[in-house]
Amino acid sequence: MKKQAKFGIGIGVIVISLASLAWLGYGESKTYYHTIAELQTLHGADRSHRIRVGGTVAPGSIHRMTGRVDFVLEGEGKSLSVSYVGNDPLPDTFVDKAQALVEGRPAADGRFVAEVVQAKCASKYEAAPGGTATSSTETQKSNM
Amino acid sequence: MDVFGSFALILAFICAVYAFGGGIAAILTRHPLLVKSTRQAGIATCCLIFLATFSLEYLFFSDNFSVAYVVAHSNRALSTFYKIAALWAGQEGSLLFWSFLLSIYVFSVLIAYRNKNGELMPYVGVILAGVQIFFLTLNNFVASPFKALAVPGANGAMDLVARADGNGLTPLLQYPEMVIHPPNLYSGYTGFTIPFAFALAALLARYPGEKWIHLTRKWTMIAWCFQTAGILLGAHWAYAVLGWGGYWGWDPVENASLLPWLTGTAFLHSVMMQEKRGMMKVWNVWLVFSTFILCILGTFLTRSGVVSSVHAFAQSSIGSWFVGFLAVIFTVCLVAYLKNRDYLKSENQLDAFVSRESSFLFNNLILLVSCIAVLSGTLFPVLSEWLSGSKISVGAPFFNKVNIPIGLLLLFLTGVGPLLAWRKTSVESLKRNFAWPLIIGVVGGSIIFALGYREFYSLICFSLCIFVAATILMEFYRGAKVIRTRSDASFLTSAIELTMRNTRRYGGYIVHMGMVLVFIGLAGAAFNQNVQKEMPPGSSMQIGKYTLVMQNFDTKPEANYTGYRLIVEVLVGGKPLMMLYPEKRVFDTNGETGTMVAIYSTLREDLYVVYAGQSPDTKLPVIHAYLNPLVKWIWFGGVIVVFGTLVALMPNRRAVLVLSAAKQPAAEPLARGLAPSATYRERHD
Repeated sequence: MKKQAKFGIGIGVIVISLASLAWLGYGESKTYYHTIAELQTLHGADRSHRIRVGGTVAPGSIHRMTGRVDFVLEGEGKSLSVSYVGNDPLPDTFVDKAQALVEGRPAADGRFVAEVVQAKCASKYEAAPGGTATSSTETQKSNM
Repeated sequence: MDVFGSFALILAFICAVYAFGGGIAAILTRHPLLVKSTRQAGIATCCLIFLATFSLEYLFFSDNFSVAYVVAHSNRALSTFYKIAALWAGQEGSLLFWSFLLSIYVFSVLIAYRNKNGELMPYVGVILAGVQIFFLTLNNFVASPFKALAVPGANGAMDLVARADGNGLTPLLQYPEMVIHPPNLYSGYTGFTIPFAFALAALLARYPGEKWIHLTRKWTMIAWCFQTAGILLGAHWAYAVLGWGGYWGWDPVENASLLPWLTGTAFLHSVMMQEKRGMMKVWNVWLVFSTFILCILGTFLTRSGVVSSVHAFAQSSIGSWFVGFLAVIFTVCLVAYLKNRDYLKSENQLDAFVSRESSFLFNNLILLVSCIAVLSGTLFPVLSEWLSGSKISVGAPFFNKVNIPIGLLLLFLTGVGPLLAWRKTSVESLKRNFAWPLIIGVVGGSIIFALGYREFYSLICFSLCIFVAATILMEFYRGAKVIRTRSDASFLTSAIELTMRNTRRYGGYIVHMGMVLVFIGLAGAAFNQNVQKEMPPGSSMQIGKYTLVMQNFDTKPEANYTGYRLIVEVLVGGKPLMMLYPEKRVFDTNGETGTMVAIYSTLREDLYVVYAGQSPDTKLPVIHAYLNPLVKWIWFGGVIVVFGTLVALMPNRRAVLVLSAAKQPAAEPLARGLAPSATYRERHD
């Protein structure tokens, strides 16, 4: 066999094998981003996907129970009741007014059942372009 | 000092613009005075950035709470140690820190080569000044760290104010590794600017390939070393501080640091093909370009918030600046390549499938596939939104499915590649070099299988680690044996001597050995265990061979925070082993909390104990305990990798022939016709 053919086959086998594995991994882990408003308009199969939703934790909404933490996420004038049922402890930055990302699936009763919660601390969060800061950084804007 | 810092940054910007514009004029006119003045402007730029950075640190140390950045990231009670780290705690300071570290490299290059490589250096100076201009634009006009604190006044204008105290440093950064992890990682990112500048300059100046490769080798290795250390320190920080029991989560910011490491590693290997055989010239140039582009992309991902990340750094308008800069870099690289591609013609072709060249080719292919997989996975939300309108992300299963087999293939090539011959490897040579390591690897794997560790990938990984370690040790053994027969030195001395005679080769083997240790640690993750339990005083929990007994809890007020600490006794086989103190810290200035994990670490496993909070029903403390096998090997391997890189950076000792009187077998000299008392001995420089 010509040496170019040998290299071609070797490279082909590696690339095709890894691409197949990537496809399998994609199928296992793909998660759809939606806003809280979008989530409320989803129907049928779209609600069965794994979904990621972002928002601000409503002040005073965090209720910790054994094996579950309930809270409310707010964003774009809408709110979403979330139940966290994951095994890992919630991050230290998960507090009132924190920016949070939750991952899971909507339940039949309208609640969002989250298996993963990520949180960004409100006091360190910086304003989005053209947006308003949510924290003390607001007072630090200057015309200097 | 804030005015002084701002002024220094503006002056630095002006000097950089002169170094850039004057440099182009110097290239066109070749006027010696212009060449010299632009070089000096480049040096002045660096010195002014140093001054600006030191002045910001001074503002932290002097608790100047009239500066917005100091208010946001420091407070009076913050320790001196963390006031250093506060420099890079926010966006503005981080970007200044980028400029600062880049200036250290630029300063070193401009001074080191001030009287050398006259044809190339004006191009290098212009490219470096161009990169500095971009970051100085951000430092001066987009994200200045010297902005005064101001609040809206009664008439709608902003009034300057000063606060009595600052907001404090985020608790996640109040950990010793956070003082050394970002400087290492940023030194890696910024360091890759130097090989990029030399590669692009050589292409533009049509400078001989082997010369620029030789010039950039040590700079690439320095940047790679920092990047490696930075990634591992970041992983250790995530492990020890975030309290989730892991060290790598495929977070976009973590991935961003891995991308240039992958292409940088590929370049360090493929560059040998160009040195030895004059091959892969186009590939090498684009690997260097890609590495630098990925460094900027990494900084962009970290700073722009374009992809959601647990690293709550920023979500800001700065992203558009980076996109513009990336577009400019790519365009310049592409135009330079298209204009001068005839200069990059390969001098040789691949001769055989089983050869050193072939192993480098596959090494590069695998690293590149890994890079593409990590990059596409990281940017998937952005790409999918462009292509389909749906924003989709992929998680750990995607990254693991691709990268675990890639890691194992790379590990295999780590063992095989260095022992294959250039051009073509004979069957006899394969037998000679690999028979014993293969037998040792198979026997080692069988023993591990018999011991019950049968997770597929981990078993393959352990077997390969044994195989690769055997190939490396045999290389040291063979070389040291030759020296030993000549010098009568001990085996260890001979191995050190061998290493010092060819630091690049044997330093590389040490790096490979470090990577083997890292892989052993990674393979241990398949056997992790964890338990979570409410723990009233006097109760116990079992994990592996360890019994954790909850003795009590206490409160420990400190200068900057209050620590809520659990006192946990660890028993093994009913006998006391040690005390562990997992802790929650509540910081006084902002009420934020931080977790301090208690870890009992051995080579066999880590006992990792987290105070996970109080049970909402019973108010009892909850302990989450993990048993993570072999994690220590990762950190130890990282140290070996860094050590090996430092060895490879050292100059070779030259073996010099010296005639001297020495003990000598009686018959041999005469038989060979040499003077009776003369023999070869080696002297070191």
